[in-house]
Amino acid sequence: MAQIIGGLTTSHVPSIGKAIAQGQQQDPYWKPFFDAFHPVHGWLARGRPDVAVVIYNDHGLNNFLDKMPTFAIGAADHYHNADEGWGIPVLKPFKGDPALSWHMIEHLVAHEFDITMCQEVQVDHAFTLPMALMYPGGRDWPIATVPVMINSVQHPLPTPRRCFKLGQEIGKAIASFPADKKIVLLGTGGLSHQLDGTRAGFINKEFDLWCMEKMRHDPEALAELSIHEIIENAGSQGVELLTWITMRAALQAAGQGEVREVHSTYHIPISNTGGAVMLFETSGRAQALAAE
Amino acid sequence: MGFGPAIPGTPIFDGDAAIKGYALNKMCFSFNDKANREAFVADEAAYCERYGLSVAQKKAIASRNVLQLIAAGGNIYYLAKFAGIFGLNVQDIGAQQTGLSIEAFRAKLAQAGR
Repeated sequence: MAQIIGGLTTSHVPSIGKAIAQGQQQDPYWKPFFDAFHPVHGWLARGRPDVAVVIYNDHGLNNFLDKMPTFAIGAADHYHNADEGWGIPVLKPFKGDPALSWHMIEHLVAHEFDITMCQEVQVDHAFTLPMALMYPGGRDWPIATVPVMINSVQHPLPTPRRCFKLGQEIGKAIASFPADKKIVLLGTGGLSHQLDGTRAGFINKEFDLWCMEKMRHDPEALAELSIHEIIENAGSQGVELLTWITMRAALQAAGQGEVREVHSTYHIPISNTGGAVMLFETSGRAQALAAE
Repeated sequence: MGFGPAIPGTPIFDGDAAIKGYALNKMCFSFNDKANREAFVADEAAYCERYGLSVAQKKAIASRNVLQLIAAGGNIYYLAKFAGIFGLNVQDIGAQQTGLSIEAFRAKLAQAGR
């Protein structure tokens, strides 16, 4: 059976892509954020996951308003990044894991998540930049991927409670995948930021730190929030917290032991955003490593 | 149902906005492609016409004013692609919407971390 070894949540702002392209990782502005990935690199090197299930929100590369899926899963052999219109470099294609994708789709639909199934997905910065942060240097990606998209563009958005439940079923689906593979979960986006309106530039450190604390010990509290509360407290793009909630619920529901925080960083600002990174692992994974 | 009480200074891209802004957002979505960005730059008016923009949307495009574009139904994710044509990033458009200089806007962001 597949094993979920842990989960990572990270901000995904486009300017990370520019900073990587321009080699600014050690500039004072960026250093605190990029340094957060040093422990992540060590953790990945020890755990060597085979597949990343990437829970993210498309920003108008793959999805347009003509047909906007609330939840969608990619089930392709490969996923391509593409020009998003504002000049961050296009990254190498990503391998898929169609068998895992279809296993997840079968499980989700059987459990009443009538998800959109995609044979083609163009993955945008919310998918590619976390991968580039995890595996820097521009080499071929050492891991296959499954993209899971959550609508954050067109209201009404799914409720945090619905995303929590989706995450639980994603976790159960992966845990029942009959292949000896190690899986890492990603939730990308956030934390607080607002790009539009006269409140643009709104960042709420206190709320972000509260969310991170709940991610550690009480993720269900995040499911109690409403979309309105998230936007009021984290800004209109702060709704990307939905990807964090989904990831965390999946990690817990996979039933692979206690979920323990390995590392976290919070740093303001990266671009217009409260920059945050959290890495969790399951106790099942920790025991497996100890036995090796 | 619906979103709930308005949050000051915070546009919510709901069904009404989607209907109102469809042509504008469809045009901005096309700017993912370089050839389309170049076609827009070569002849703005003809490009707006091709996508059937309303008079208010055409005016908002001509003004480069993000608050006007949002009022005309624009969604920030697609508008960001329009802004990209002019090399503007989210801090530039944040400064424009809040009436701050770019330096003052950046200082405001940094202040949130203290």
